[in-house]
Amino acid sequence: MAKTYQAGVQDYRQMYWTPDYVPLDTDLLACFKITPQAGVPREEAAAAVAAESSTGTWTTVWTDLLTDMEFYKGRAYRIEDVPGDKEAFYAFIAYPIDLFEEGSVVNVLTSLVGNVFGFKALRYLRLEDIRFPIAYVKTCLGPPNGIQVERDKLNKYGRPLLGCTIKPKLGLSAKNYGRAVYECLRGGLDLTKDDENINSQPFMRWQNRFEFVAEGVLKAQAETGERKGHYLNVTAPDPEAMYERAQFAKDIGMPIIMHDFLTGGFTANTGLAKWCRKNGMLLHIHRAMHAVLDRHPKHGIHFRVLAKCLRLSGGDHIHTGTVVGKLEGDRAATLGFVDLLRESFIPEDRRRGVFFDQDWGSMPGVFAVASGGIHVWHMPALVAIFGDDSCLQFGGGTQGHPWGNAAGAAANRVALEACVKARNQGREIEKEGRDILMEAGKSAPELAIALETWKEIKFEFDTVDKLDVA
Amino acid sequence: MRNDASTMGDYQTKQTFETFSFLPQFSQQDVYAQVEYIIAQGWNPGIEHEHPSTAFSHYWPMWKLPFFGEKDPARVWSELEACRRAYPDHLIRLIGYDNYAQSQGMQLVVFRGRG
Repeated sequence: MAKTYQAGVQDYRQMYWTPDYVPLDTDLLACFKITPQAGVPREEAAAAVAAESSTGTWTTVWTDLLTDMEFYKGRAYRIEDVPGDKEAFYAFIAYPIDLFEEGSVVNVLTSLVGNVFGFKALRYLRLEDIRFPIAYVKTCLGPPNGIQVERDKLNKYGRPLLGCTIKPKLGLSAKNYGRAVYECLRGGLDLTKDDENINSQPFMRWQNRFEFVAEGVLKAQAETGERKGHYLNVTAPDPEAMYERAQFAKDIGMPIIMHDFLTGGFTANTGLAKWCRKNGMLLHIHRAMHAVLDRHPKHGIHFRVLAKCLRLSGGDHIHTGTVVGKLEGDRAATLGFVDLLRESFIPEDRRRGVFFDQDWGSMPGVFAVASGGIHVWHMPALVAIFGDDSCLQFGGGTQGHPWGNAAGAAANRVALEACVKARNQGREIEKEGRDILMEAGKSAPELAIALETWKEIKFEFDTVDKLDVA
Repeated sequence: MRNDASTMGDYQTKQTFETFSFLPQFSQQDVYAQVEYIIAQGWNPGIEHEHPSTAFSHYWPMWKLPFFGEKDPARVWSELEACRRAYPDHLIRLIGYDNYAQSQGMQLVVFRGRG
């Protein structure tokens, strides 16, 4: 039935507020936290977000009548209060799958967090969660290897991986840097990491770093008999340089490279993930810039959305924060997106900030990386919180050991294995953490020294203990 | 605290064998506990062995087949013992095959070879 064209401005809600709509299994669903300007009704604000993030613009245009807008438009279909907040509300919006190019988180984000975030009728806008329909998930390649394949390649089972970022993060020469890597790995770490700030600066050009690090990795591997790796950061000014560095890492026999997915961008990340899949390389992902996007409670993008987008774009590891020493809410929310990274099906659970059921089908999982400000006393809590499919990275907690990196690495490795052994025996490792570590320290002087060195950090230890009873 | 040379220890690189090899050699009781853990996860225990000189490769010879559906840690232990009698110089490891993850849930070297 033909419609007539009426020029002018219409309320968004006439077309984009559809409370009777039942979302399709193939729809992409989003939950936004909206804080409208004073006087803007909720339905109008929600409809405006739906319109501006899909087919709408501020006025009607005659070309609307050349297509089937009922098929393509986004629909605001539900509004909910935000607990404890009178101004903001949650708006749920359904987008038909054909609004998005297959396999492109770039395209999804360009629509969902594009112009709409600058929309004048809103004071703040935050994208809380996206439900990617399985039909869309299947168009993305995802992690180049995934948790199980990485375990098989590295031959590490039944425990978290153990890593460390090499410090100081800027200023070391390539040869001294390779020394620090070698010491960590010979002492018992599985993996070491380039700091995200290290790309190819004048003090250490990438090729020199890659060559010296490779010698350290291969020597530690030969001497210990265990498989080792170092995340060689291939984040670069342009894609050509990125691929050149990645190829070189492969050519010199390294198993893993690293990329910063937000500063590098999703196009670069997805391309690199495809390259890793083709070339049998593992891919570690850093998340510099995430706090700019995810830290404000009312505006931006929650990290669970960025984590989901990364899983679709591709990465075998992603940083998630450490939880320890922070608030309970952080723990629940972190565990929510850690599940979203690793599991195959994650049910809606508002207590963990999961707004939708998410079905990943057969898409591989991503290791959760806990890094930053952690030391041996945190080990019991970290093992309890993150479980086996994680990578625990102790930077200062390895290299700050009074005997140096190798002893620091051994201390962490003994502590990790003691905690895993105790957990498998059915002990409550967060409650019994002190006993487990002290016991393990009796036969490992490196651990005993580490426990002594960081014992003053009493406050943090107490906090770790409290997390258990909540 | 001053980091005096006299108070520092020397860390000697060790040949190690992945999970649990930084802990003291497991007692029979310790091994039982890990077998019970493997069984409680719904995994299937298995045994592999290899001479230390060629232990870096992924594949070690299997000792018989994995013990599908085995519920008794004592039987797994007696197979570990039998494997050690047959290959006293070899590393002998216990595997927990996880057929849901299609991978290994657990792997630990139980006997580290004679000498």
